[in-house]
Amino acid sequence: MIGELTNKYLRMDRLPHMWCPGCGHGIALGALLRAFDRVKIDKDKTVILSGIGCASRAVGYLDFSTVHTTHGRALAFATGLRLLRDDVKVIVIMGDGDALAIGGNHFIHACRRNIDITAIVLNNQIYGMTGGQSSPTTPQSRLSTTTPYGNFARAFDFCNLAIGAGATYVARATAYHASLMTELYANAIKHHGFSFVETFTQCPVNYGRRNKFPDPASMLQYMKDISVPFKVAQNMGSDELQGKIVIGELIKEKEDVELNEVVRERIMKFRGGAQ
Amino acid sequence: MSAKLVQGNEAVVYGAFNAGLKFFAGYPITPSTEIAEMCSRDLPKVGGAFIQMEDEISSIAACIGASLAGFRSMSATSGPGFSLMQENIGYAIMAEVPIVIVDVQRMGPSTGIATAPSQSDYMQVRWGTHGDHPMVSFAPFSVEECFTEAIRAFYWSEKISSVVVLLLDEVVAHMREGIDIDNVENILEVPDRGPFSEEKEGFRPYKVDRDKGAKLPPLGTGYRFNVTGLVHDEMGFPVEDPEKTGDLIRRLHNKIDAVEDEMASYDERYTEDADVIVISYGSVARSSLRAVRELRKNNVKVGFFRPITVWPFPSKRVRELSKKVKNIVVAEMSMGQMVHEVERSVGDSCQITLLQGIKGELITPDAIHNTVSEVISK
Repeated sequence: MIGELTNKYLRMDRLPHMWCPGCGHGIALGALLRAFDRVKIDKDKTVILSGIGCASRAVGYLDFSTVHTTHGRALAFATGLRLLRDDVKVIVIMGDGDALAIGGNHFIHACRRNIDITAIVLNNQIYGMTGGQSSPTTPQSRLSTTTPYGNFARAFDFCNLAIGAGATYVARATAYHASLMTELYANAIKHHGFSFVETFTQCPVNYGRRNKFPDPASMLQYMKDISVPFKVAQNMGSDELQGKIVIGELIKEKEDVELNEVVRERIMKFRGGAQ
Repeated sequence: MSAKLVQGNEAVVYGAFNAGLKFFAGYPITPSTEIAEMCSRDLPKVGGAFIQMEDEISSIAACIGASLAGFRSMSATSGPGFSLMQENIGYAIMAEVPIVIVDVQRMGPSTGIATAPSQSDYMQVRWGTHGDHPMVSFAPFSVEECFTEAIRAFYWSEKISSVVVLLLDEVVAHMREGIDIDNVENILEVPDRGPFSEEKEGFRPYKVDRDKGAKLPPLGTGYRFNVTGLVHDEMGFPVEDPEKTGDLIRRLHNKIDAVEDEMASYDERYTEDADVIVISYGSVARSSLRAVRELRKNNVKVGFFRPITVWPFPSKRVRELSKKVKNIVVAEMSMGQMVHEVERSVGDSCQITLLQGIKGELITPDAIHNTVSEVISK
């Protein structure tokens, strides 16, 4: 099945990919291909953008109109691209440092505008491409090449940030939960408005080996152990949820006004209703 | 329609609309804000869109996105915001995406004086973004020229598939002159991007002659190529091959060199018999023209030269002129930036005197008059 999907949606001549053995990004890419098939995506009417970093290299392998933008700015490119083109699906793939450090401001404003863009962040909690520096989602006290004595800052809660900023679809999965990931990607793509799926992935080479994870499997096992489905979490106290991550759909609003509609409405108004 | 009072910034917007502007993304900054305000009011009326972004970094990013989607796009800013745009100016140059950036120069460095005129972004325009790259920039000196140069900026950005900076200063941006916008003559027709190959499968947007710009069809129309700021091949995919790298960097320059003469534009008066020529651009050139006219009344053989295409600098013409005169006076509102281009063009042909303007006020005709008088009395 996946072979069929890779032939259909990947630029096979661009392979092999550049991700390290054991990297979780491939699991996420696989889930994305399955989601594409589930929503019957139109390859000619979809633009996929990314920033800079390991996650962002995904666009090079996807057989779509693709834009590999600058570090952190993918959502801003996507906003301009989408504003007058409601005939295209726009999907943005970013990493955690990309979307939340250098691109943090663009991220919250994209959430706030509720423009119809699907943002997928592959959160491996580290700067992988540059060799393992701490990111805004590196957990406190963890080791990286720039936090050799332990990370002193707290990690961002990506999903809470998105919710606070007004995103109308916010969901989370991990590389362990590949089928959930597929479902969330599909729902996010179908969502009318800004949708965001945080995806925990493992980086065994630049995160795991410095933080007592002997292999990729142990990292996946850890993701499984700390994950709590959204429904279960509703009946848990904040103490019980310490150190856990809540997975599934956290916010799914349908009624909010989407930015493109506003733009179209204004244009129509000045044209007296005629296109 | 008859003539009415129009502001420089306003005329830029009229010009942009004439050129087919459909998208504006920007961030408020003095002294360019009127451009954003007017676009927010009028773009929906022509089926376009305006968006106020969270900063200038995202403003230019959104413009590049909209241009990739097939729309003429523009942003407007001033020095501090222009500095923030440098990152993605490089991207648009590398990925060959047409956009127009208006930089209304104000006093720097840093926040400087927000309402004071300056010409100290001249070198930032040329060298602000990292890496080897060419740059094209036009500088109007009147309200009517704000209109026509805005159109020319779009024309050339489409022709060369790159960034064109429309370089104003606070005086040019905020002054008002009576013009009849609907009856300006010799308006350039901005070319469409197409037609594109009907064969969409395997389309190679960067497969062009060694002195041509890439032609990118609007994304999401069936052409499934890649766009990147990395060194790339003909289909837009990253490469590190030394030959392909050299070819790309050379082509990005060649495509500008190939049209440099056609793109060159300058305003030259009273140079035929001149012993000394005043070189200046933008608002300072208005003072220069006044001073030159006054001096001519006193039979001083002084000429006037004003680059309109300020990048690439019209070196050829300045070199020719320098061989006929003893002195060149360069007047600019900075410690001296364009003067380096004049020096580079002139070599040892004649003396060069710089009149600096660093007090946040326009250089007056008197100051230029005095400098010319001193130079010729030596």
